[in-house]
Amino acid sequence: MTTYYSKDHEWISVEGDIATVGITAYAQEQLGDVVYVELPEAGRELTQGDEAAVVESVKAASEVYAPIDGEVVEANGVLADEPAKVNEDPEGGAWFLKMKVGNAGQLSDLMDQAAYKAYVETL
Amino acid sequence: MADAVAETDLKQTPLHDLHVELGARMVPFAGYSMPVQYKAGIMAEHLHTRAKAGLFDVSHMGQAFLVGPDHETTARALEALTPSNFVELGHGRQRYSVLLNEEGGIIDDLMVSRSPSPEDDGKLMLVVNAARKDVDYAHFRAHLPDNVTLQVVEDRALIAVQGPEAVAAVAAHAPGVSDLAFMSTASMEFDGIECHVARAGYTGEDGVEMSVPAGAAEAIARALLADERVEPIGLGARDSLRLEAGLCLYGHDIDETTTPVEGAITFCMQKRRREEGGFPGAERIQSELKDGPGRVRVGLRLEGRAPAREGAEIALPDGPVIGTVTSGGFAPTVGAPIAMGYVPVEHAGVGTPLELVVRNRRLPATVADMPFVPNRYYRKPKS
Repeated sequence: MTTYYSKDHEWISVEGDIATVGITAYAQEQLGDVVYVELPEAGRELTQGDEAAVVESVKAASEVYAPIDGEVVEANGVLADEPAKVNEDPEGGAWFLKMKVGNAGQLSDLMDQAAYKAYVETL
Repeated sequence: MADAVAETDLKQTPLHDLHVELGARMVPFAGYSMPVQYKAGIMAEHLHTRAKAGLFDVSHMGQAFLVGPDHETTARALEALTPSNFVELGHGRQRYSVLLNEEGGIIDDLMVSRSPSPEDDGKLMLVVNAARKDVDYAHFRAHLPDNVTLQVVEDRALIAVQGPEAVAAVAAHAPGVSDLAFMSTASMEFDGIECHVARAGYTGEDGVEMSVPAGAAEAIARALLADERVEPIGLGARDSLRLEAGLCLYGHDIDETTTPVEGAITFCMQKRRREEGGFPGAERIQSELKDGPGRVRVGLRLEGRAPAREGAEIALPDGPVIGTVTSGGFAPTVGAPIAMGYVPVEHAGVGTPLELVVRNRRLPATVADMPFVPNRYYRKPKS
C-alpha cells in the first residue's frame, strides 16, 4: 500500500486497483471542528480535480477534490453521523471515499509523504 | 489559502502580541489582523462562552464621541441621522441604533451611550463597526451641525467579556460592575485603571464591554484570563454566538439596501421617533411600519445536518426562489444548522416550511423564532 498527497491536502492510499481518499491532518487542523461531510454516491465517475466531497466546519465549507480519475465504489457512512471523526482520525478511520483507480499514471502528479511534509512546512 | 492582504498592511490592536502568545490563528478582518480562533477552536470557544465566560478583543471597532454644548443639542444632532430617541436617553444608559441613508437604508449599526455624570452632558459615546469607521465618520462630519463635533478615540482598546460568569470575573477587579443594569454604562476602576464599562454584548449572554486605555489593555486582559472561568474567544465563535442570539452582522444581515423594518430591528426606534419621523428615509420607514415591509429578515432552522451559508437561495417547497440567506452556519449550542435571511412578509410566519438551496440541493427548513437560544441578559432584581 502506497499513500500519495495532493497540494489541496487530500491523501490517497492505493492497494491493488482500489484507492482510499481522505483529507490530511493538516487540512483538518486548518478547517477546525467539522460539522458535516457531503459524500458522493457509489458509482459516480470522478475525473481528477472534480469536486468529490464537501467538508463543512463551523466557519466554512471546503471542497475535497478527486486526486485521480476513478469510479466511487464506497463512501464512508460513519461520517454522516459522526463528522467530528474527521478531526480525530483524518488519515485513518475518517476516510471519505474508496474509488476504483481509473488512471494510475496520475499518481505521479502527487507527492509522497516526505514531499508533502516539506510542502506543508512552506505554507 | 493565500491571504489577499499582506500581513504588513494590516493594523494591529493593543492585544495583538497577546493573541499570538495565546496561539491564536490571526486573519485579516476589516483592515486588522484579528484572532479568528485560539487553540481550543471555534466550537469549544463558543460552548465555553455560553457555559462560563469568554474574553473578546473588539478593539478594531470604532470608538468616538459626539460633543456639543448640552445634551439636547447633541442628542438632536444624532436624532437627525438615526430613528432612535436620544433626547430622552437617561444618564448612564446605552441604546442600540442605526445610521440611515436618505432611502432609509442602514449605513451602520452602532451603540450609543450617555455618561452617568451630568458633568459630561453634551457628550454621547459611540461604538461603530470596524469596517464602517471611515464611512460613518465621514457621514457624521458631513451632516453634524457646527456646534456638535465628532471626536474619534484612537488611544483606547475595547474588551468584551461575555457569559454567565463574565460579570463575576470582572467584578473581582472592578466591584462596581455587579450593580450595573443591562444596557447601562459607568466609569469604574479595574485594578486601579479607569474604564468605561457597558453591560451589553453581542452573544445573547450577560456580560460587559469595557473601553480601556490602550496601554493598559494587555494587563487587563491578562488579569481576566488568569481567572479560570475566562478563556480567550476569537471572531469565529463571536460570529456563531451572535447568529444563535439572532443578532445582525452589518454588511451581511443589514446594509445600505435594508431598512430597520425589513431588518426586524425596529426595537431601535422608540415611539416618539416612529410617530414624529424627522430622520433620513422616514417616509419609507413610516410606511413600512404602517403597512408592513415587502420583505423581512427571519430566522431559519434546517432539518438535516448540512449548513446553509450566506448567499444560499431561499425557495418555497418545490417552488420558486423567494429570498437569500444572509448568515448561516452550524450552531454549536443548538446542535444543528441555523440561518437568517430575507423573505417576502407573506412567507415570514414562524413555522412556514421553506427550502434552502445548497449546491443545487434543496434542504428543508422552517421559519423560526429568534433568538435561537434564549437570551440571558441581566435583569436587576426588583428592590
